[in-house]
This record gives sequence, C-alpha cells and structure tokens, in this order.
Amino acid sequence: MSTRTITMEVLRYRPEQDQEPFFQTYTVPCDPDWVVLDALNYIKDELDRTLSYRWSCHMFVCGSCGMVIDGEPKLGCKAFLKDYGDKIRVEPMANFPIERDLVVVIDDFIEKLESVKPYLIPKEPRTIEQGEYLQTPAQLKAFKQYSMCINCLLCYSACPQYGLDSSFVGPSALALAHRYNMDSRDVGRKAREDVVASHEGIWECSFVGACSQVCPKDVDPAGAIQQTKITSAIDYVTSFLPGGNR
Amino acid sequence: MDVINVDIAIVGAGGAGLRAAIAAAEADPKMNIVLISKVYPMRSHTCAAEGGAAGVIKSNDSLDYHFNDTVGGGDWLTDQDAVELFVNEIPKELTRMEHWGCPWSREETGNVAVRPFGGMKIMRTWFAADKTGFHMLHTLFQTTLKYKSVKRLDEHYATDLIVEDGRVQGVICLEMCTGKLKLVKAKSVIIASGGAGKIFPFTTNGAIKTGDGMAMAYRAGVPLKDMEFVQYHPTGLPGSGILLTEGCRGEGGYLLNKDGYRYLQDYDLGTATPEPVLKSMELGPRDRLSQAFWHEQQKGRTIQSKWGDVVHLDMRHLGEKKINERLPLVRDLSRSYVGADPVTDLVPVRPVVHYMMGGIHTDINAATTIDGLYAAGECACVSINGANRLGSNSLGELLVFGSRAGQNAVEHVRTAKAAAGKSVEKQASEAEQRIKLLYTRKGKERVSVLRNELTHSMEDGCGIYRSEDTLKSTCEKIIEVRDRYKNVMLEDKSSVFNTDLFQVLELGAMIECAQTVAVSALERKESRGAHQRLDHVKRDDVKYLKHSMAFYNPNGDPRIDYLDVVITKSQPAERVYGAAAGGQHI
Repeated sequence: MSTRTITMEVLRYRPEQDQEPFFQTYTVPCDPDWVVLDALNYIKDELDRTLSYRWSCHMFVCGSCGMVIDGEPKLGCKAFLKDYGDKIRVEPMANFPIERDLVVVIDDFIEKLESVKPYLIPKEPRTIEQGEYLQTPAQLKAFKQYSMCINCLLCYSACPQYGLDSSFVGPSALALAHRYNMDSRDVGRKAREDVVASHEGIWECSFVGACSQVCPKDVDPAGAIQQTKITSAIDYVTSFLPGGNR
Repeated sequence: MDVINVDIAIVGAGGAGLRAAIAAAEADPKMNIVLISKVYPMRSHTCAAEGGAAGVIKSNDSLDYHFNDTVGGGDWLTDQDAVELFVNEIPKELTRMEHWGCPWSREETGNVAVRPFGGMKIMRTWFAADKTGFHMLHTLFQTTLKYKSVKRLDEHYATDLIVEDGRVQGVICLEMCTGKLKLVKAKSVIIASGGAGKIFPFTTNGAIKTGDGMAMAYRAGVPLKDMEFVQYHPTGLPGSGILLTEGCRGEGGYLLNKDGYRYLQDYDLGTATPEPVLKSMELGPRDRLSQAFWHEQQKGRTIQSKWGDVVHLDMRHLGEKKINERLPLVRDLSRSYVGADPVTDLVPVRPVVHYMMGGIHTDINAATTIDGLYAAGECACVSINGANRLGSNSLGELLVFGSRAGQNAVEHVRTAKAAAGKSVEKQASEAEQRIKLLYTRKGKERVSVLRNELTHSMEDGCGIYRSEDTLKSTCEKIIEVRDRYKNVMLEDKSSVFNTDLFQVLELGAMIECAQTVAVSALERKESRGAHQRLDHVKRDDVKYLKHSMAFYNPNGDPRIDYLDVVITKSQPAERVYGAAAGGQHI
C-alpha cells in the first residue's frame, strides 16, 4: 500500500510544564485512506506518547474527536487526508479553555445542556399498559433533524457569539430544546422558556449560521434558533391579546 | 485521597449504566447514586449500535417466538429462565423508552414500526432509522438529568473494586483531568462498562471498549463466563472495521461473492429469493454468515481488494428513497470510508469483531458472586445470548438487565448490614501505590507494541475458526505479553489528562480479558455458535452444554470451571435456517 508523508503541526499545551501553547511538528507516514484521527493515533503509538486527545467510535457518532483542522472545526474521524495538503495544522476547539493539548474543558456546555430541560415533559404520564404515544412519520419529521446532535461542540467552536460571550446558551443546547419543543409528545415549551428565551438564549444569536455550516450531522442549529425566535415572538405578542397572560 | 460516600456507584454510563441509574432513582428517590465513566455519557459505545432493539409488539408475533429464536440462535447455550424473563420485559422497556422521547421510526398510523433482523422469525426489531443506539443513549442520558439524586463523575477511570468479606465496599477511580485518585464508598456497585472488542485488531468497537469493568470484577474474584464466544459481524467496512448494520440486509440487501453470486445459498441458509425471507439467506444469524465468508475465502471466491479479501453488499435495488430513509448513516459511512454509494455501487464488506457474548457472570437479577456487586449490558453474561447473540437483542438486554441491576442495587442498600470496612482504606492505598509505581519504575516495554502483539495474536488464534495449535500459541503469547506488561513503560509522567496512563491501565484489562477468551476457547473442544473448532467440528451436548467459567489466576492461565445451562422448555436441537425455519416472507 502506498504511503504519503504528511507534516502535522499539532497544538501542544501541558499545564504542568508549558507556559503557553505551542505548535509541535510531526512527520507522519500515512495511508492515503486515513483520516486525521488515524494520523494522530500514529503519532501517539509511534512518535510521542505524551500527546493527548479524545476519541472513541471513529464513525462520526460519539462526538469525542472535535478539533480545529486547518482553521476549520471538524471531527478528526471525518477529516479525510485526501482532502488536505501535505501540511496539516491541528488545534483544539476554539472558545473552550484548553485542558491539555487537544482536550478542552466542556463543563460549561454540560451545564447548558442540563439547563434547557432536555427530556420529554408530557401532558400526563402514560402507563406501560397504555402503550406507545401515536406519532405519525410527519410528526416525527418535525423534530427528527434536531435530535441528531452528537454534542461534538464544533458549533460552539465556530460560533462567534459564544466566543464573545460565553453566557450564550449556544447552538447545540438550543437546538436540543427545540427538538423537545417540536416533539408532538411534549408540552414543556413553557418550562424551557426561562432559559431558551432569556437574554442569554435565542435572542443573543446574531444568525451568522456558522454553527449549521460546521455541523457534521446536518442538525441546523441556526434554523432551530430562528424557528424558536419566531414562536417566542408570537407568544410575546399574543400574551397581550385578550386571554393572554399579561 | 478524596472520599465520596454514596449508596450506589455505577461504573459505566452507557445504555446499561444510565438505565440502572434511572431505575434506582425511581425505586427510591432518597438513594445517592453516582455514575462513574471514563467518558462523558454520550460518548459511550451504545451510540454506535445501529439496527435496532427486538421486542414483541405486533399481533402476528408472540413471546414464545422471540424466546425460540433467541435460544436456538444461541445454539442452546442460553439460560432459558433468563431468556424468558428478557422477552417478557423487553416490550415494556422499549415502550418506556418511547415515553421518554426516543424517536422510534413509525408506521403511517403513528404506531412504532418494526424491521426484519437476522435470525428472527417475525419482524420485531424497533428502530430509529440506522441510529438506534445513538438515540437510545441520548434519550437515556437526557432523561437521567430529571433525577437530582443521580450525580456523575464524568471522565473518571475506575481502577479497582473494594471488596471485604465477600461484600463490595466501593470503587477506586482516577479523575482524568487531574490524575487524582478518589475512593467512592458504596453499598452497592453496578458494573456497566461494556465489552472488550479492542482485544482484537479489527473491530467495530470504539477505542474505549477495553474490558476495564470485566477485568476489574475478574480480578476481584468474579468468574468471567463464556468468554470464548466472540461475535463477528458479517458486514464491516474493510480497512476501518466500521459497522454496516444488519438493517442493510433486513431492508433487502444481498451478499455477493466475486461471481456476483448469493453464496449463502451454499451454506444451508435457504434459497435465493429476490425478496427477503426471515431466518433465511442474508437474514440468517451472524455466526453462520461470518463462517460462510470464511469458507468462500478458502474457496477463492471472495474479492481481492486493497484492504484484503471482501465480499459485496448489494443494496442498489433498494433505491435511493429507502436508503435515505432507513439507512442514512450507512450511506454516509460507505461513501466516506470506501468511496462506494450504496444507491449506485456495490459496497465491500467483511466480517469484523463486534460483540462479546461472554462477560461477568451474573444471575437473572444481575447479581454477581460478590454481595452487592451487580453487572449489566455487554460486560455481563446473564446469559441470554449463549453461543451467538441475535442482532437487536443487546439493546434490549441493556435495558432489561440495567433496570434490574438498578432495582436490586436499591434493595441491597436497604437490607445490607453495615460492613466493618476495616480494610477499605488499606485497599485504596494499595491501588494508589500501584499507580505510583508506574510513575517511578523504569519500564522498557512500550504499550503500543504490547497491544499490537496481543491483538494480532488474538486474531490469529481466536478468529472465526479455531484449532488447538493456533489457540495454544495464542495462549502462550498472552502469557508472554502478560509477563512483559509487568515491565510496561509509562512514558508520560504528567498528571493532567494523561492518556498514556489510561492506555497502560486499559492494556492491563485487555490482557486479562484476552486470556480468558483464549483459554476458554482452548478448553472447549466442540463447535457451537460463534466458537468453531476445525479439530472438533461437532457440537457436543454431553460434555459442553455448559457455561465456561474463567477464574482469575495472577500467576498463570485462569482456572476454567463449568456451570450447567438452565433449560426449561426448549431441549437442544439442530439449528434450522432457510425454508424449514418457517420465517415470514417480507
């Protein structure tokens, strides 16, 4: 099998010994079929045991290996070497503190995920004997796309608003709230509104759409946020009408 | 060392661990529960399950059919009391998942849809397109967030169980972002840490599937059961080993050899009809399909590709609409990884290590031989899978037995007497010393080299077909690797997110698991399900209608003992596929 030699510039930062992040260069003999993650695994196994990064499934579904490759947020397992030149720059995702090397601290996201109540809030609980809720394929389709998020956080890395102000709830968490709001089995929209429609929620999004562009699963968080804005605005207006809650 | 006191500690936060946490929280909201995982819950490998979860729901189906398919599919090595309980419980569990929001694919009526799956006589596999495990995992994770009593230690690597007087006392874990050890004292511990596919070089399993929990229970004295039964999934992408779901064949895909011939008809799997027939041809069980590939390879009828020998998966006749609707991930993965679009191209595939039928020995309550210690999911062996798991039974298994583990762990907390706990601190400090030693000792064996030698030896000896010679040399190799591992080198001496350290610890677990697989396989001198011996080609019910039980031995091969299989209503018979199996036409 033919090999191709690639120069990998990888951002290194070990808080116990490095004053600040720096690029380390590795020369990697690659199989042309490889993805960037395979090249990192080669470095780890053959060249440098101290390089740290997260990965697991290698099939774009676990969401572990988000990183910035040649300036673009990508999954390491979905960045094929054939699409890159002979010099590739790999950095941790932007907008998160670096824990070490390509590993970033994502506690902030986890808190935000939890804050949007991302679980089904039914009108009334159903017993097992009552069987499943009926949901037509069309009703499923209304939210299915927003349920595809793998929490890889490439969207946070790409989001200029989150970069400016990390209090912004952000694309993935808002898309997830929208996923449940759009589910025909759910009545939790009001319960989620405190966070979703707050100043740090949908209204902070400046609709650049970078999140949707980098999403490896075509979730379209930007679309979700726009749709939520429309529903919330209608709610706000109708709240002043007779029978409204203001 | 930091000490955390809880009622229930759960090691692993994939499908089984999360389901256990919810069950425990619902059984008693006052329980303090902690989920310990070396990854964030949504990274767990449950996310990679594609095809679906089998459960009887349609009027043409029956619990007996599911029972018979499962018992026969497992070549009668299943415990029938466990299977009976499993098929009874699973429709309820899947319905509960629906109530929690799992986006199951639907019929026009709004009812949950089912799809055909290998070895199942009736269509009964619930699915969420071809991302069923992913949706189940995220639904379970998100649902756990409702329960305030469930806390998490994300990115904490569990290293040791603490056991005193035959009773579990807690778990030691390593906080990955700091390198600090923590002692989690718990009255009940549930292991739900997944399988060990990474002991093979070519596997669908993610990097995290290193058998840590299996090895932890094993070292603490719990036997690993039926470890020789390793499932090869017939359709992995060559090169990467990425899984293409059995749903490809369920929807009607064909397997073709180099002559474009549906070769499965030559292996007692039925006749080649254009439309799929359940329990026939491409919808036969995984062990038989993977074995058929091996025979085609011996006959020179596979296709030579740049990734080695392959056969072709032909889905072209399904059409773009169906492929997009039912198999979108398969299309994405095939196009990206092998440059073949299932809509227009034949997709190269070959068998790939996928699942461990064996695991931590438990009874039908998910209880192990250590008081207060439970196990569920792929790491456990209940056993409902026997010698060969049917596709779409494992997602159900993690729900049914995850749930039982959670409930029984609560019960144990309520009734267990307080332990003296005299040796707990001592055991914790010994665990700490073992890790400290890695930092101070000058090892000379590289972890990547040892891992490479181990995994390739497993492929040589414990593949689809095995024989005494190859098994013996694999067993010897493992003894050698195990010995050299005592001298393994930690090259990275830092504390913060030290993945060199985690890989060293993981390799230790892999070696233990690999040894149980190879030695159990050497001792089982018969062919049954996924364990095929070229030198013992027949099933031998007289000697081996028994579970193998591997007991830990720090200084050599594990001791292998045997345990009777539980048979209630289905006497061992010949496995029948093809027309005689009476599978439904689709």
